[in-house]
Amino acid sequence: MTYLLIRKAAWAIATLAVASLFVFLTMEVVPGDAAQVMLGINATDEAVAALRERLGLDLPLWQRYLSWVGGMVQGDFGTSYIYSEPVSYLVADRITVSLPLAIIALVLSTAIAIPIGVWTASRRGSMLDTVVMGITQVGIAIPNFWFALLMVYVFAIGLQWLPAGGFPGWDAGVFPALKALAMPAIALALPQAAILARVTRSALLETMGQDYIRTARAKGLSRRATLWGHALRNALIPVLTIMGLQFAYLLAGTIIIENVFYLPGLGRLVFQAITQRDIIVVESVVMMLVATNIIINFIVDLLYAVVDPRLRKAPA
Amino acid sequence: MSVPETHRLPGFRESAFASRSFVIGLTVTLIICAMAAISFIWTPYDVTSLAIGDRLQKPSAAHWFGTDHFGRDIASMIMVGARNSIAVAVVAVVIGMGIGVPLGCWAASRGGLPDEALMRGNDVIFAFPALLSAVMISAVFGPGAINAIIAIGIFNIPVFARLSRGGALALWQRDFIAAARVSGKSSARITVEHIVPNIADILIVQATIALALGILQEAGLAYVGLGTQPPFPSWGRMLNEAQTMMSFAPHMAIAPGIAIVVTVLGLNLLGDGLRDALDPKLARLRS
Amino acid sequence: MSLTINDLHLSIGGSKILSGISLEAKPGRTLGIVGESGSGKSMTALSVMQLLPLGSHTTGSINFAEHDLLNAPDELMQDLRGDDIAMIFQEPMTALNPVHTIGDQIAEGICLHTGASKSEAHRQAAKLMADVGLPVERFPLGRFPHQLSGGQRQRVAIAMACAQSPDLLIADEPTTALDVVLQAQILDLLRARVENSGMALMLITHDLAVVADMADDLIVMREGEIVDHGPTKSVLRSLAHPYTAKLAAASTHRPALKPANVALVAAPIVQVQNITRDYSTPRQSLFQKGKPFRAVDDVSFNIRAGESLGLVGASGCGKSTLAKMILALDKPTNGSILINSTDIATADQAAMRPVRCAVQAVFQDPGSSFDPRHTVERLIAEPLHLEPKLSADERRQRVLDALAEVAMPADSLHRYPHEFSGGQRQRLALARALITRPSLIVADEPVSALDVSIRAQILDLIADLRHRLGIAWLFISHDLGVVRAICDEVMVMDAGRIVERGACNSVFDAPQSNAAKALVAATPDLARAIALAENDA
Repeated sequence: MTYLLIRKAAWAIATLAVASLFVFLTMEVVPGDAAQVMLGINATDEAVAALRERLGLDLPLWQRYLSWVGGMVQGDFGTSYIYSEPVSYLVADRITVSLPLAIIALVLSTAIAIPIGVWTASRRGSMLDTVVMGITQVGIAIPNFWFALLMVYVFAIGLQWLPAGGFPGWDAGVFPALKALAMPAIALALPQAAILARVTRSALLETMGQDYIRTARAKGLSRRATLWGHALRNALIPVLTIMGLQFAYLLAGTIIIENVFYLPGLGRLVFQAITQRDIIVVESVVMMLVATNIIINFIVDLLYAVVDPRLRKAPA
Repeated sequence: MSVPETHRLPGFRESAFASRSFVIGLTVTLIICAMAAISFIWTPYDVTSLAIGDRLQKPSAAHWFGTDHFGRDIASMIMVGARNSIAVAVVAVVIGMGIGVPLGCWAASRGGLPDEALMRGNDVIFAFPALLSAVMISAVFGPGAINAIIAIGIFNIPVFARLSRGGALALWQRDFIAAARVSGKSSARITVEHIVPNIADILIVQATIALALGILQEAGLAYVGLGTQPPFPSWGRMLNEAQTMMSFAPHMAIAPGIAIVVTVLGLNLLGDGLRDALDPKLARLRS
Repeated sequence: MSLTINDLHLSIGGSKILSGISLEAKPGRTLGIVGESGSGKSMTALSVMQLLPLGSHTTGSINFAEHDLLNAPDELMQDLRGDDIAMIFQEPMTALNPVHTIGDQIAEGICLHTGASKSEAHRQAAKLMADVGLPVERFPLGRFPHQLSGGQRQRVAIAMACAQSPDLLIADEPTTALDVVLQAQILDLLRARVENSGMALMLITHDLAVVADMADDLIVMREGEIVDHGPTKSVLRSLAHPYTAKLAAASTHRPALKPANVALVAAPIVQVQNITRDYSTPRQSLFQKGKPFRAVDDVSFNIRAGESLGLVGASGCGKSTLAKMILALDKPTNGSILINSTDIATADQAAMRPVRCAVQAVFQDPGSSFDPRHTVERLIAEPLHLEPKLSADERRQRVLDALAEVAMPADSLHRYPHEFSGGQRQRLALARALITRPSLIVADEPVSALDVSIRAQILDLIADLRHRLGIAWLFISHDLGVVRAICDEVMVMDAGRIVERGACNSVFDAPQSNAAKALVAATPDLARAIALAENDA
């Protein structure tokens, strides 16, 4: 088990290294001259040269890459060209919005989806099953940002229960902050929950057809008891896989949803940075999100081994 | 990943058309495609000409879904926008399949190091959701529909690579592959003659699902301004423009959203129907 | 408490599965139910358990003690299942839940039926494990199913089923997935249970030889009906019913062996020289590599033209790995294999061509040995890839010739594999192997997936092909009877080594090595059982 942990951690770090190289190449090498890109085509040669100097673009590629990675490891993401502030400050400020939003959405979608999946699987073929599955089918097809717009129209503009957008900050108190995050989180969570519920249901039905379920029934367990005691844990593997994949979509969704609700999160930061050609900021935020993805998938990988003892052995 | 033991049994067509999801999904998909095709030769109104006098009209007989803040006919824009959505999603799936399937089949036939390398490469790409790739590409080259295609296409590669690798690996264990090897056939030839035809089913099903996801992702990218650029109409872009008018012209947000939902729903139903028709065991479980 | 089934009819989704089944299982006795696939024997068992698939409709009556099982409410059935009536299933690899420990799985039923605490249930589980030959010192309760072998898992399944000393135990093909040695051990375990606890055992199998040894009473089923029944001895003695007689004849069938029609050549077709095959195993820890597993260990032998050589051994002894290496589907770690004097490890593609033509293969599972998407013509012609100069007409003629050799009609050409039965598909597999006019066919368990009556026909065909075409066979099987029926010589393999080689009769009648002795002793012998039954009269 320890060996497995070390091996998987090593793979995660290697993946991170390759991904960072990928980001570095796309952002700093492909465009040719980052300074030129940031200043636009009308910039004077002196201005470009000065910026090159400041960004250290004259150094050899590998040195730039190493100092970039080395800086990130120490929490130094460089300095924003537009804000003239360390990127780490900018990010630290925005992440207090994006991260809670993503986590609330993940928890919410899981809390909704798993019970619905189990519940419909145990009543397969019933009227309720058909109706709920129909709803989830539509739920998958709804873009979360459109769902968010509709909610804004109904709950903010129409009923005026919740704010249409903006974020008061955590300083204003936990409750107002959560209230501002409520609609974005629901808009993110429900379409995800639809997918997860369907996966849970079909994974459960698949496991309910396995031989060991029949064995458990032959022991005298009721259908319900086999579902909870034997099928659910075996069905968790495909559910975990989808949850890992979904997290990537959730991160992307968070960034999009922030636009709907004018939330001052990473999404707003990165879109402003794109229009301002602030490559350092874009690069840093992308790298952070990529790293989050890799870490989440590393955790999912470990959870596999927790759920299924067969996966606790390292491959040959 | 299980590959059904025998399929395309007699009556695939019958079982497909007996499936309600397949019929509904196919119909919806064909209607959307037809709409996009017709838009090349005819739309109710010209989507490029602005008619400020007609701006923000509510749905009526003249304008089925109303007009936008420039007085353009929303129904016409939906038709033209379908072209954009379909094109982006289809090209992205072609990229994903074109690169992912050969890679997956190759890795499965070689095993060992190439296989491991492919799986690790997949992990790296999986860490880049389409939105992040699009953010990077847009920051460097500026936003545009091509970015969206590349970003979504890249994310499709590991999806198809994994699926075809899994399907191929299961097939390589089967006796008929051993028989082909005893006949002296090379792995490349076995892959072409036996592996690919036998995973075609699951690939087609995945392709419909990837199309649906592609349309959703394209809409998201266009919505945040990283995809198709104005003035070319796109569903995601229309929703972005609708957002600012939300309090006094909510109708602008309705039609594009419904267009996305219906298209994605149609493709998903088509995929489900195909899967059920191709894998009777699964169909029984689902019913 | 005995089980009585009276005039049971079962239909699933409108199609008739069982009709008019009546039987009785008495305490302390073993009731054997024999039938080929599709005879409805498993469905009879599931009817008793009331675990039939959805859409089943039953009439008649199943009475157990004072209970009417067909009309019993769910709660009553749950009380009875695992307590008074228990069942073990065919496939030990999938019958246990992979994510729970074996201790928890045995204890679960105990807690459920007796309300015992978890620790008390684990104490009982430890005792049950010892009873089935898995002492907890060596097999801790915390093990997971994947850490046990197939035979060990079936023992766990028996421990689980016997936890509450059931009055009736239903065993559905409990040994079919196991090799003969394990089969004998599991059957002994069941027999001891019946004798000691006085429970009734309902033993379901396709193998007449197994029930002949085990059962007090016998029921023979075909297509959902009981065709023959009575005390085992009298059924076997008289073989009065034609179907039972046919089954018995097919089970003990031996084709007339005529020598191969082949010119004597000095050089053997295959020379296997000191080959070894190691597989890597998972790492133990960060600093310790897994010890390689030696599947084949220093094996040498020759196969001469026209010879029919059997290869037998317990499962996992390395016989399939050996076959794969001879077919050049796998490479030895050490040693060399010469086929017609070509070393197949070093030969290039051009040099391999005659080798591939000379050695063809037939596999075990007729269901998976053909690509479901190709026509029979294309499938059988596949090895002709090795002879690229043939014209289309010549190819077709070769396919037709091959079909004729295996007595399949010419109109099979344009059909697809799923349109054929298992036996027909195995004929097609033989046709595919014959098409290159090989001098050796390697057959890995070619008849073990077939019903006995079909098996007898395929064995006849194999013997006939050998005689007429002079083909040599390497015949791999776990079934000594089959090997004895069609091979001249046999090799016994154990833990990767060939421990014995000799003429079939001498090896089977007077085995020398321990492995061979164990195999011979474990093999149930129907002919002997019938002879004994006759002597009793």
